[in-house]
Amino acid sequence: MKKEHFLLPLLVILIWQGFSSLQLIPSYKLPSPSEIILGFKDLLVVGVPPGNLLHNHILYSLYRVALGYAIAAFLAIPLGLLMGWSPVLLRTTRSLFEVVRPIPPLAWIPIAILWFGIGIKSAAFIIFLGAFFPILLNTISGVLSIQPILVEAARTLHAKEKDIFLKVLLPGAVPSIFVGMRIGIGIGWMTLVAAEFTGVKEGYGLGYMIMTARDIQRPDEILAGMLVIGVIGLLIDIGLRTAESRAIKWQ
Amino acid sequence: MREPHLSLDFLDLSKTFPRRGVEEDVHVLDEISYRIENGCFVSIVGPSGCGKTTLLRIIAGLEKSSAGKVLLDGRDLVQGSEAIGLVFQEYALFPWRTTLQNIEMGPEIKGVDREKRRSTAMEYIKMFNLSGFEHRYPRELSGGMKQRVAIARTLIMNPRVVLMDEPFGSLDSQTRNGLQEFLLGIWERRKDTILFVTHNVDEAVFLSDQIIVLSKRPARVVKTFEIELQRPRDRTGQECNEIRREVLRVLSEETK
Repeated sequence: MKKEHFLLPLLVILIWQGFSSLQLIPSYKLPSPSEIILGFKDLLVVGVPPGNLLHNHILYSLYRVALGYAIAAFLAIPLGLLMGWSPVLLRTTRSLFEVVRPIPPLAWIPIAILWFGIGIKSAAFIIFLGAFFPILLNTISGVLSIQPILVEAARTLHAKEKDIFLKVLLPGAVPSIFVGMRIGIGIGWMTLVAAEFTGVKEGYGLGYMIMTARDIQRPDEILAGMLVIGVIGLLIDIGLRTAESRAIKWQ
Repeated sequence: MREPHLSLDFLDLSKTFPRRGVEEDVHVLDEISYRIENGCFVSIVGPSGCGKTTLLRIIAGLEKSSAGKVLLDGRDLVQGSEAIGLVFQEYALFPWRTTLQNIEMGPEIKGVDREKRRSTAMEYIKMFNLSGFEHRYPRELSGGMKQRVAIARTLIMNPRVVLMDEPFGSLDSQTRNGLQEFLLGIWERRKDTILFVTHNVDEAVFLSDQIIVLSKRPARVVKTFEIELQRPRDRTGQECNEIRREVLRVLSEETK
């Protein structure tokens, strides 16, 4: 990271702080950076609602995402490999997926609550829907992008269907699978926070936390919470990028 | 009991591809018959697009013939037989596997245990002058190296018949000459049967015991040449030139 990367954000923060100190921006609408830092400290030590500390909100949110996302990847990757491999399967299932896919994950919330009630299952289901399709579609296109000659090369080495699957299609589709996993986790994370707005049973979750901060008129805590959500999203993406660049050294 | 005759035979091999939306099928191979004796180095030349690759693909089991059959030692060749190996023109290396892992692919599929396949693969690495490049990925290798990896990957399976589809077609002439000599060295030690498709007559004359000239589509055997010159051959020597002239003459009549 070079100096230039920090220059503009720093400038924005300084100007923002300056305007706030001159009371040009009302603090009940947009708290100053220094107030947000104090709000962050309150999230850490006091909690919103009081007693429910930030790290627990983070853990609950991560848990919901991890559950929905793991199920999505676990189903979408094998299914995508099969659909990319079998033109018949792709043709017969495509229309169904094309109908379901454009429904925004959040539009599923009412039915999810009806099916699973309020709680981890509903949230995980929404995450699952958000992450499933990007992973599925990218896995399919990853398989389709593999040169047919590589499958033939494996056949001349007497590969059975299982070998073709595990030693050609899967490794060949890995770069594309990673693209899908990154898009999937991005959508999953965004979806989660919105899903938590609608209520959580356990009283924890980052989305629930910032909605509660609004209820008790704490814009500083709302903004600090938003920043935490953004930073965690960024860290997850960096983690996946690192795994990705390790997995596709060969490219 | 009589020893079976060791040879690869084509009996009236024909192939037509149906064309979508067109009444007439594409007739690619027309009753090709030929016997390749065990251990022979045979090259196939012919006008481009005449079906040389299709012939190899049928023998390799990647394509089915429309009529006729392929026999190995007098018996029907089963699809996916371990006796056959194929080297592709475009190398067809697995880009996500290193040199070592590419060469290990066959034994790995066969279920050879890790230690054993590693040590065998390392022998091939040495034999193919790839030492120092074991852990490189294909994108990091030169064309000549990639083709050596591809040949090693095929030969580690110990096929009786090695099919090669213009293996040196995309290499520069220096690298190509080097690899031809290298291939002869390996073949003289192993005495596999090699069926070598090329469009380069010089190459065919330099390498082969026999040359089969195919006609344009649908391909028939137009003429075969027996080359009894001692190896190593002088590429530009008089004897090679005479054979080359003759092959080129037959070939140019076909491309008219």
